[in-house]
Amino acid sequence: MTTALKEWPLWEVFIRSKQGLEHKHCGSLHAADAAQALDMARDVYTRRQEGVSIWVVESKAITASNPDDKGELFDPAADKIYRHPTFYEIPDEVGHM
Amino acid sequence: MSAVDYLLHLADNALVLGQRNAEWCGHGPVLEEDIALANVSLDLIGQARLLYQLVAGRQGGGATEDKLAYFRDTQEFRNYTLLELPHHGPLSGYAKAGLDYATTIVRNFLYSALMALLWEALEKSADADLAAIAAKSLKEVRYHLRHSRDWLVRLGDGTDESHARTQAALDHLLPYTQEFWAGSPAESAAIAADIGVDPNTLKSDWDTIVDAALAEATLQRPPLGGYVPEGKQGIHSEHLGYLLAEMQSLARAHPNGAW
Repeated sequence: MTTALKEWPLWEVFIRSKQGLEHKHCGSLHAADAAQALDMARDVYTRRQEGVSIWVVESKAITASNPDDKGELFDPAADKIYRHPTFYEIPDEVGHM
Repeated sequence: MSAVDYLLHLADNALVLGQRNAEWCGHGPVLEEDIALANVSLDLIGQARLLYQLVAGRQGGGATEDKLAYFRDTQEFRNYTLLELPHHGPLSGYAKAGLDYATTIVRNFLYSALMALLWEALEKSADADLAAIAAKSLKEVRYHLRHSRDWLVRLGDGTDESHARTQAALDHLLPYTQEFWAGSPAESAAIAADIGVDPNTLKSDWDTIVDAALAEATLQRPPLGGYVPEGKQGIHSEHLGYLLAEMQSLARAHPNGAW
């Protein structure tokens, strides 16, 4: 027997849709452990056939960037449009890309 | 008795337990469980609808799924008595005295363990319509079993409080499962027609599922004995009437209403 939890930890839920290749974050829920989080994610987030695969990860396992660092992290990329492959002429034979 | 009565028995089981579990809607112990249990109820009511539609088609004479669900009285219902009991122990006063989640979980576990075996066997029914419903229902009930078994183990092997409540629920409910194996004229007729399955052929597998889960949950299997209920023959506890009154009141107040 393990110690009883007063509160269940928070889990982030990622669902892969039938068409999608990647798992997308769709929300969060409370559950006692990973196995239960998976079952609860099924019940809470796939009721309308949203998914064919579920990932759950405990929210505290996620390290997030600090919103206050937004300037130094992301703004320097703003004036480097040459990083986007938009300057190539695409031959007609290639068709839709 | 005919095979149609057997279909009604299966349908009434699903409807009555679906209605019972729906009492948790908006009252679940946590939001996630509230949704999970509503999902279980909707699966069961979906199964009931398919079976009632099948029965109505075969009975003819203006029978509909709504008439079967809303305009039959207690003694015409063919569900197991286990499924109509309120969500609490035997001496807790009236039906809304308190919703005990251990009772809910133990009942769902005992019934789902049976239905996981029964629907699988009914996939081979000589009645092709019933076999198709069985195939759909089997997937649903396997999840119900997974859900209730998971909670059975968590509650049984949980705190002193959750263990005591789950053991009490098991002591209260397990004797009602004797009805699973007791036989009825409707079942005999369905077995003879190769439409139904003799539940006694499923008993040892059911015991294996139940005993393994109880061991994991550190729960003691109580001794059987005493009264064997006869809900599937229309002889019910006092609780079914209240359940039907609530479920049927709207349809009876507005007959032929559409929504």
